[in-house]
Amino acid sequence: MSTTVQLPRWIDVGALPLLNLLLALVVSGLVVLAIGENPAEVVEILLYGAFGYEEAWGYTLYYTTNFIFTGLAFAVAFHCGLFNIGAEGQAYVGGLGVTIAALYLDFLPFPIMLIVSMLAAMIFGAAWAYIPAYLQARRGSHVVITTIMFNFIASSLMVYLLVNVFRPQGSMSPESEQIADHLRLPFIHDMAASFGIEMASSPLNLSFVYAIAASILIWMFIWHTRWGYAIRTVGANAVAATYAGLEPGRYIIIAMMISGVLSSFMALNEVMGVQHRLLIDFTAGYGFVGIAVALMGRNHPFGIFLAALLFGMLYQGGAELSFEIPTISNDMVVVIQGLVILFTGAMEHMFRPRVTKIYTAWRLRRDAQEAA
Amino acid sequence: MENFELIILLLDATLRTSTPLILAALAGMFSERSGTINLALEGMMLGGAFSAAAVAFYAGNPWVGLLAAIATTIGLSLLHGFACITHKGNQVVSGMAINILMSGLTALVGIALFAQGGKTPALDKASRFQPITFPGAEAVKDVPIIGPIYFELLSGHNILVYIAFLAVPAAWWVMYRTRFGLRLRAVGENPGAVDTAGIGVVAMRYRAVVCSGILVGMSGAYLSTAQGASFLQDMTAGKGYIALAAMVFGKWRPFPTLAACLLFGFLDAAATRLQGVILPGIGEVPVQLVQALPYVLTVILLAGFIGRAIPPKALGRPYVKER
Repeated sequence: MSTTVQLPRWIDVGALPLLNLLLALVVSGLVVLAIGENPAEVVEILLYGAFGYEEAWGYTLYYTTNFIFTGLAFAVAFHCGLFNIGAEGQAYVGGLGVTIAALYLDFLPFPIMLIVSMLAAMIFGAAWAYIPAYLQARRGSHVVITTIMFNFIASSLMVYLLVNVFRPQGSMSPESEQIADHLRLPFIHDMAASFGIEMASSPLNLSFVYAIAASILIWMFIWHTRWGYAIRTVGANAVAATYAGLEPGRYIIIAMMISGVLSSFMALNEVMGVQHRLLIDFTAGYGFVGIAVALMGRNHPFGIFLAALLFGMLYQGGAELSFEIPTISNDMVVVIQGLVILFTGAMEHMFRPRVTKIYTAWRLRRDAQEAA
Repeated sequence: MENFELIILLLDATLRTSTPLILAALAGMFSERSGTINLALEGMMLGGAFSAAAVAFYAGNPWVGLLAAIATTIGLSLLHGFACITHKGNQVVSGMAINILMSGLTALVGIALFAQGGKTPALDKASRFQPITFPGAEAVKDVPIIGPIYFELLSGHNILVYIAFLAVPAAWWVMYRTRFGLRLRAVGENPGAVDTAGIGVVAMRYRAVVCSGILVGMSGAYLSTAQGASFLQDMTAGKGYIALAAMVFGKWRPFPTLAACLLFGFLDAAATRLQGVILPGIGEVPVQLVQALPYVLTVILLAGFIGRAIPPKALGRPYVKER
């Protein structure tokens, strides 16, 4: 084999994902053309809907919050070599924890409730992730299949609970009672107003701050702690980790539980922050999109933030889009998501050999010129 | 006698609910036995269902719809293969991507073509697969025991139901009695050895995913042109994942997979029938529990509490020829 030069970091984590993203967007544009609309117009409406006015920003960041949590959730498990497809179910069950805390401990004052609701979400989310994690670590059951199964089990369980337990007497719709006003997560525009800053109202709430904090903590955890190092070692090579004295099963369980905790934070945003009650299917596919977010962000919190922002923009802009162009529904956003996952995730290696070849040729020529 | 009739009706419903599962689970088996994880069954089923309904509507013929469904799912299988086999991409991610893509694309194209909120127009009788009445079924209808079994249970299904049940022994024969099947299984267990024997691993895996595409296309067409009369948005409602669970439950083998599909189909039929029924001594049966049972059972099996499910050895690993 001829000599190849290792790609510099900016190509590896910057240019290659961007190239794949570009391809996904070009194909999305072709889909728009195929159903008889103008892609340029679609892009314009998307951008206007996501950033064009003050309120839009709030919505975009509200969606971004969910994607940061589910993206981080996938990434932590991925660093341990695990595919956690179960963020959807873990967030759903996490929402159960939040609701129970908020409805049955409603005598607690708000500052304590902030912590209690967070703990409740964490415990429920982590517990739901623990079972597949245990089965993977101790019984060798493949975590992909078990987490998929657990999503469905969670869904059935929650429908049962919502219909039979949480539905207020006399109500027809399967949703829980409202969470008391004083226990809700404060909106950012309300918080800004108390400092005398005018902001347009939007669902953006305190959990966005949690998301930023979680990103920083996860970055520190994965790259600057002993556990993080052990998780990455197990993910890179479980056999080598065993020889190094690390017990892979232990770190598989730890990584999955942290992943479950992060997924469940999404429920804090939705249940405590925005909907103020437990709704059927409130997770709405955010858990699955988290896979795309993490893959696009190369499983690094900063990358995940950027990718989450992109998807937040697509969600908010997509809502605007379905107002403006009747033939384009929210499904267009789903299509774009699918294409982004396909090109940046499944086909991430597609351009690598060619780019490596071009870069190698360029480097060799430059080295030769320098030598001359 | 009333109980007997109830059982016959329940089994009859079981045949109908398990048909799409059988076809999709066999599809998954072909792909996974060759070493390619197929999480995309759900999305492919959806794509097949949409193509079948849309094309059958224009052509006025269910067979043309079926061909369109198969063409669609073969195309999706090749896409999956292109990502996972050619570019060695992650198979789980590719499967999820196809599922999400098809969930959006079928609705989007449906709205663009028919403007009915993602549905396809209702199909008339001529463009759907119709029940087939066996010879003499009407005659024995009133004979006790045999009559209901022959008339209700065996006769009176559409052609795809019979194809699904015949596909199981056919798949077994292909998998265990032909050279193609031997190679397909070998490529999923030890691709290196197959390569050494001078058989192309990549070509073999592509053939396997194409087989998978043909089968899952039929299950999609069944949903929209045989069981139903139009395509509805997200009409598969997790059936692709149940089929996947059935395949795992059947330990990646044709006949046990059939048994798992029948069990899961039965649970589905029973859940529908048990809605709101109050059983003596137990009270109202939580339908959600019955619905969750396939997944719970699969997890218990995977945990190794009911026998052991051992996946093909090279499952999920792209083949890298040594350089």
